[in-house]
Amino acid sequence: MPSLGADMESAVLMEWHVKEGDAVKKGQIIAEVETSKGVIEIEVFEDGIVKKLLVAPETDCKVGMPLAIIASADDTMAQTEKTKQKSITKEQNLAQEERIKISPAARKRAVELGVDLNQITPIEGVIQLSQIEAVAPTKEKSADKEKFKDGMRQAIAAAMSRSNAEIPHYYLATSINMTPALEYLKELNRERNINERILPVALLVRAVVLSLKEVPQLNGFWQDSEMQLSKEIHPGIAIALRGGGLITPALVDAQEMSLDDTMHSLSELITRTRTGKLRSSEMTQQTITITNLGDLGVESVYGVIYPPQLAIVGFGAIMNKPWAEKDALCVRKVMSATLAGDHRATDGRIGALFLDKLNRYLQKPEELL
Amino acid sequence: MTKDEIKIMIIEQILEVAPDIGVDEITPDGNLQRSLEIDSFDFLKILTSMHEKTGVEVPEDDYAKVATLESMAGYFAEHLLNK
Repeated sequence: MPSLGADMESAVLMEWHVKEGDAVKKGQIIAEVETSKGVIEIEVFEDGIVKKLLVAPETDCKVGMPLAIIASADDTMAQTEKTKQKSITKEQNLAQEERIKISPAARKRAVELGVDLNQITPIEGVIQLSQIEAVAPTKEKSADKEKFKDGMRQAIAAAMSRSNAEIPHYYLATSINMTPALEYLKELNRERNINERILPVALLVRAVVLSLKEVPQLNGFWQDSEMQLSKEIHPGIAIALRGGGLITPALVDAQEMSLDDTMHSLSELITRTRTGKLRSSEMTQQTITITNLGDLGVESVYGVIYPPQLAIVGFGAIMNKPWAEKDALCVRKVMSATLAGDHRATDGRIGALFLDKLNRYLQKPEELL
Repeated sequence: MTKDEIKIMIIEQILEVAPDIGVDEITPDGNLQRSLEIDSFDFLKILTSMHEKTGVEVPEDDYAKVATLESMAGYFAEHLLNK
């Protein structure tokens, strides 16, 4: 079971899309799992043949637990590797069991209610079901939807707490004159059919991607006490769900997309997020996050970095504002762009360079095509 | 097509794009984007499917004329007559 986010502990395998003996190609969807973020399609990491499916549908699987054995066509090493991994995970699980003694029913309930077992003092060395119920933050909700939202809330809580505890953020903001970009889009869209129109959000995402190509130090991860930059740019797009919660799926390989591709892929990503049909690669590969609260009229967003990423870019609403140009005061469409960076990895200078590039691109929108 | 029929069609498109919105949340004169938390992508999708159904395309310059359910229905009714 791959980790589909820093905050994920387990997921339920819902359905296999392959059977034993099938040949699979890297990137092929082989299973569907249900997580606190909805149903995710799991892609296979390598070419090979499905030797064995290790878990049955509707099994709750911990992160790291082997789901299947995939053998390379000419290489039985892969098989032994995977089996080895399996036994290691088993040992780890056993070690965990020894640390905290708890009845299976209580453990299941603790996962459902999002209770941290370390908070509870065992009675006679064992944690009881009643103790879990007593410290649970919320009462049991009967509806599945409520349970799903609770799970998502807990997942967001875990990731954001970790971010705030571990990442020393620095924050930068700049005001960008959006009049040239919006007028450019208006002209572009006037000649297009309605289903080929470009929205300002797509232009902003494209400007972020091009700026990251020039300032790559913000695109990647902080792992093992060092900065690990990513060549590919997979921006996580923060998509709010009506009625609560947030998902930030990756726009995979955005560095290869034109403006039209960016618009099309964004539109498709949003639809699949709302209908709960995301792929595992979209849940795990985010190299930076982009959040846009402009539609709700917010002026500035100061984001919280999603670990282990290095930065988050925030866009506020585009508003009519007084703007000085040469000696004259005029009214322009102005937007606040912010950057929160991980100070362990970069300093304010890098963040400032990035915001400057972003501004320059938005003043020359024809370079964003 | 009457204005009421168009209204029903618009509501159907809204619910298609945003199935989690309750029909009773849609008021005739509320700003659709603000009151229903419909973002720019959803709004464009609603206009695109209205275009597929009616053949009427709303240019960006006319977005202010289709901000509410009532005004959007009026806009499509008028443009269907002129077609």
